[in-house]
Amino acid sequence: MANVLVVAELLEGKARKTTLCAVTAAKQIAEGTGGSFDLLSIGEGAGAAADELAGYGAGKVLKAEIAGGYVCEKYAATVAEAGKDYDVIIACASAYGKDLLPRVAAKLDAGVASDISAVNVDGGKLSYTRPMYAGNVKGTVEITSDKQVVTVRQSEFDAAQASGGTSPVEDIAVTNDPVADKVEFVGVEVVKSERPDLSEADIVVSGGRALKSSENFTNVIEPLVDALGAAMGASRAACDAGYVAAELQVGQTGKVVAPKLYIAIGISGAIQHLAGMKGSKTIVAINKDKEAPIAQVADYFLVADLFDAVPALTEAVKSL
Amino acid sequence: MKILVPIKRVADPDNASKLKVSGDGTAVTSEGLEWKMNPFDDWSLEAALRLTENAAEKNARVGEVVLVSIGPNDEHTQRIIREGLAKGAERGILVEAEDGSLDSGVVAAILKALVDKESPDLVVMGKQAADGDSNVAGTVLADKLGWPVINYAMKIKTNDDGKTLEVQRELDTGVATVKVTGPAILTTSDRILQTDSVKNGVTPDDHQYAKLEVGGRYASLKGIMQAKKKPIDTTSVADLGVDAGKTLNYTKFELPPARSGETTFVEDVADLVDKLHNTAKVI
Ligand SMILES: Cc1cc2nc3c(=O)[nH]c(=O)nc-3n(C[C@H](O)[C@H](O)[C@H](O)COP(=O)(O)OP(=O)(O)OC[C@H]3O[C@@H](n4cnc5c(N)ncnc54)[C@H](O)[C@@H]3O)c2cc1C
Repeated sequence: MANVLVVAELLEGKARKTTLCAVTAAKQIAEGTGGSFDLLSIGEGAGAAADELAGYGAGKVLKAEIAGGYVCEKYAATVAEAGKDYDVIIACASAYGKDLLPRVAAKLDAGVASDISAVNVDGGKLSYTRPMYAGNVKGTVEITSDKQVVTVRQSEFDAAQASGGTSPVEDIAVTNDPVADKVEFVGVEVVKSERPDLSEADIVVSGGRALKSSENFTNVIEPLVDALGAAMGASRAACDAGYVAAELQVGQTGKVVAPKLYIAIGISGAIQHLAGMKGSKTIVAINKDKEAPIAQVADYFLVADLFDAVPALTEAVKSL
Repeated sequence: MKILVPIKRVADPDNASKLKVSGDGTAVTSEGLEWKMNPFDDWSLEAALRLTENAAEKNARVGEVVLVSIGPNDEHTQRIIREGLAKGAERGILVEAEDGSLDSGVVAAILKALVDKESPDLVVMGKQAADGDSNVAGTVLADKLGWPVINYAMKIKTNDDGKTLEVQRELDTGVATVKVTGPAILTTSDRILQTDSVKNGVTPDDHQYAKLEVGGRYASLKGIMQAKKKPIDTTSVADLGVDAGKTLNYTKFELPPARSGETTFVEDVADLVDKLHNTAKVI
């Protein structure tokens, strides 16, 4: 029997959807082992977020209000203290979860299975499947320490649906860690977009180095993105060159996405890019070079100059 | 400033699709693949070198970078340490260990023992290794040391002779800025390779580094010659007095299923739209 604590991820006082993907994994663990799960809302605005999270079927929702911006040193001791009552501590493998949970694990002498794609329960025994080698190998791993710390890949776990009931909300004490005095949070610039979130969109349109400028992203890629109601993504080369914000990077070091439709425009399909999108259901490549490695994963390949093809595609989509 | 940079050898990440799994599924085999320096460590080495040089004076060294590699004491590990020395690091330490005896927690315990011995101002390390893709060791090390960790650093500016750092770190929702008092652990993001990512108070602030596309700098011929004479000390997990046990046990490895279906080369935009609308039904 494994009791699970889900660590919520708050952004500007609201739980991010990443939290609900972790809830789904937590439910699988709890149901598979006959245990239960609770949630922990921690950070600025934890109270309001806790009330919102109370609708997802947790045994209870713990809350710890911590003012000021997030740094892992300010949160980890409190999460670890709460985690002492649980067998598994889980969060999404977002930049937040990957930053915070290893520090929690260190305090609990726990092993970490990071970025898992599946939970396995075999006769009550837990193991986890996780992509390794940029998604070229799947490993199954058991955590042998008393406590288990797990982060989950957002694209592999559907967001949990609200369950109707209301879990009780409980305050917990904040545990101070002297190391927190060594880090001062100065500020955060949150990138906002009217478009769907890259990690959650049904359609993703990504552009690569071939776009050559941010103007071309605006004039060529964005109209197609908006005609499809899609999220916009990019290759590392396009992000590095400053054509688009780094948050749009898809790949091993960017976001991992698995939409119904992924359109790669002027992207060669380096192994590190494929790592972030090859789980997509239907993949389209638009590329001048029919030998480009993106062909290994593309369902449909249009050999064309993107500057001709993409505006035409945008028009065709609009008239559907 | 003294910086410890852990570097790991990994099976050539650019050819990871050629990896195989042993018949019983208990091991990943990388036969035929070259061993390479983990690219994420390479980026961190670049950051560490920028922090400890005067780029305006032919990269004159003004600090010390110590490389640490934990793994088998063979030609491949040696070669990767030499590669880092050729890029500019001053010396190397090879901690002999079998790959199978390591996980993120054990690596953190070994690095802690080395930090206790070497007392660096910073440890700058890869956020993940391109094989395990775990993203764990740096943060665990920080906690074991009671140090702060700044993950995914993309810009670093040192103040007060390097005692404090102002760091921008890349999140998946934007960029956060923090001020940290050392000693500290840093891991790096892709953007650490940008031309203006590091300001160390020695290299003029307006200096622009050469554009790097994929990884850190190349070694110069002179660097390669000098590296031959730089010391690599060898030690072992037992010598360091570390007896941490693994907390992860991999029971099975598999290759992901091949993508089903062929690639359809469509004729033109109209054909593509037709296929997406009527066949795949995704638009
Ligand atoms: C450790 C590591 C991690 C990395 N992580 C990532 C990651 O997370 N995400 C990522 O994307 N990359 C990542 N990379 C980089 C990756 O290896 C590639 O360098 C990068 O993906 C290339 O981007 P690209 O496809 O846009 O550019 P290129 O490889 O230069 O490809 C451009 C493509 O555009 C085509 N083209 C050019 N002009 C036109 C035109 N007019 N019309 C149509 N097609 C055209 C070309 O035929 C070519 O196929 C990583 C690399 C390393 C080493």
